Amino acid sequence: MLKVSNLVKEFGRVRIINSATFQIGQSEIVSLVGPNGAGKTTLVNLISGHILPTSGKIEYLGKDVTFASPYKRIKMGMARNFQITNLFEGSTVLDNIRTCLLSAQEKIHKAFLPVSHYKDITTEAIEILNIFGLSEKDKLLPASLSEGDKKVLDTAMAFALKSRFLLLDEPTSGVATGDKFKVMDIIVAAIRKGKMSCLIVEHDMDIVSDYSDRVLVLSEGAILADGKPSDIMAQSSVKEILFGVR
Amino acid sequence: MEATNIIKRPKSYIYPAVFILLIVLPKVLPTYQLLLIQSGITFAIMCLGFNLLLRYTGLLSFGHGALFAAGAYSVAMMGKYLPSLYRVEILIPAAICVSILVSALFGFICVRHTRIFFSILALALSMVLYALLVKLYNFTGGSDGIRVPIPWMFGIAPTGVRRMAFLTGNYHYFLVCIFALATLVMSAIVNSPFGRALQSIRDNEVRAEMIGIRVRRYRWYAFIVSGIFTGIGGAMWSFVNGHVTPESAEWVFSGEIVYMTLLGGFTVFEGPIVGAVLFTYLKLYAVSLTQYWMLIIGATLIVIVRLLPDGITGAILKLFAAMKRERNKGAS
Repeated sequence: MLKVSNLVKEFGRVRIINSATFQIGQSEIVSLVGPNGAGKTTLVNLISGHILPTSGKIEYLGKDVTFASPYKRIKMGMARNFQITNLFEGSTVLDNIRTCLLSAQEKIHKAFLPVSHYKDITTEAIEILNIFGLSEKDKLLPASLSEGDKKVLDTAMAFALKSRFLLLDEPTSGVATGDKFKVMDIIVAAIRKGKMSCLIVEHDMDIVSDYSDRVLVLSEGAILADGKPSDIMAQSSVKEILFGVR
Repeated sequence: MEATNIIKRPKSYIYPAVFILLIVLPKVLPTYQLLLIQSGITFAIMCLGFNLLLRYTGLLSFGHGALFAAGAYSVAMMGKYLPSLYRVEILIPAAICVSILVSALFGFICVRHTRIFFSILALALSMVLYALLVKLYNFTGGSDGIRVPIPWMFGIAPTGVRRMAFLTGNYHYFLVCIFALATLVMSAIVNSPFGRALQSIRDNEVRAEMIGIRVRRYRWYAFIVSGIFTGIGGAMWSFVNGHVTPESAEWVFSGEIVYMTLLGGFTVFEGPIVGAVLFTYLKLYAVSLTQYWMLIIGATLIVIVRLLPDGITGAILKLFAAMKRERNKGAS
């Protein structure tokens, strides 16, 4: 589904991503872990087209998208959330989702009938809010949501684009520790149900081992290890990087 | 039952009431007052367009006077150079076409930027148009402007009709209908998916792009739609005023457009309409009161910005909300 080969990104003379190579298959949930500053968010930004790489290649669905615009990638079925929540602060929770659905279903340019006229969109938006447990907060503005709910809404918006490939940058950062698993249960169940592929950036190793099919360990911009969660956790080099123990 | 309905959907009562009021105005108001109201209505159409950019797209244009002038001058120039086509039913579509051309060009350049850069660029472009209108005096009449004669209207010849009779007669009803149509169309636009797209761009440009909205293109569309409304306002105003001058493209007038919208309250859909009509009166009375009338206008602006950031309509709505809360408290 997604094939990244020898990807390099330099900011000035600093090499953030150093020849990263990996693949993600159909309906596979892959976690990306690594210490602070390893380049996880940069990698996500490169894949989503937010920033462009210095060299290397990104192939998506067999097509070269290395320098394709974010818009083009979204229309090819790639969606992302944001580590620091990026919501439409002036619109209600329901409208945040509805805007995504309207855009995904190519109805966003229609300029005469009110949004409420598109009943199927509203029904679908409410369904998505149900899946993510936000249905009772549909009329609130994002500002009055808890930090955890904001994160869930951010992910729900990416989910609403009905993409085949989802990039989730720390979907549980800022969520209270006790709620993390609940949030991940919701997100992963929705992804599995939609048969989506997914790359999740995550810090919490318990979450990584519980929810992902495969783990990529990123260290200083390169993929250090790639394999099943249990195998990865057993490797001493990984332990050293992630936990500082031998 | 009925009372709760009015509270729930006040627009369904207020809109028809205002429409009927405007229709009967020529029967009750003296001509002079009526002309003031008419000029306010044309500004209201313009401010509706202006507010599509300010409120719904988050772009503050300091150059909308140029788009207003585009509409007004297209009417005046048609009268001067193409008298055979000088009919309202041709003039208004022609003004719309010219507005689309001008705003498409201005917008194409401006929407590459946001915030103050957008505002200044719009201002600069409007001053270019102003300079052209002043300097090309053989063509545009220079600073003297162009007289706007009475047009043909739906087959009725203007011969022998006096201006006042024309303005207080058929033209008034035509203007009110155009105004009603403009309000309804704009209200539809801001509540449509397209309106949502604009608001999402205003709220969060990065996210809007990441859900597949073409941010720049949509800003450009918004600028053009805004330009159409402003141009229609200018065209309708040119008949009321009877004369167009380059001043309408100058930055002073562009500033007045911003002022009207803030006065009425840009956060409320109907705010710009109220602001435009009020401004017409405010300016007139300030001018007749003192030669330092700009002082009054400026002082009012300070009061609005400091005390009523949501303008007059915003303040009224807040007052109603507070009264409702009080009543609910009393009931429970």
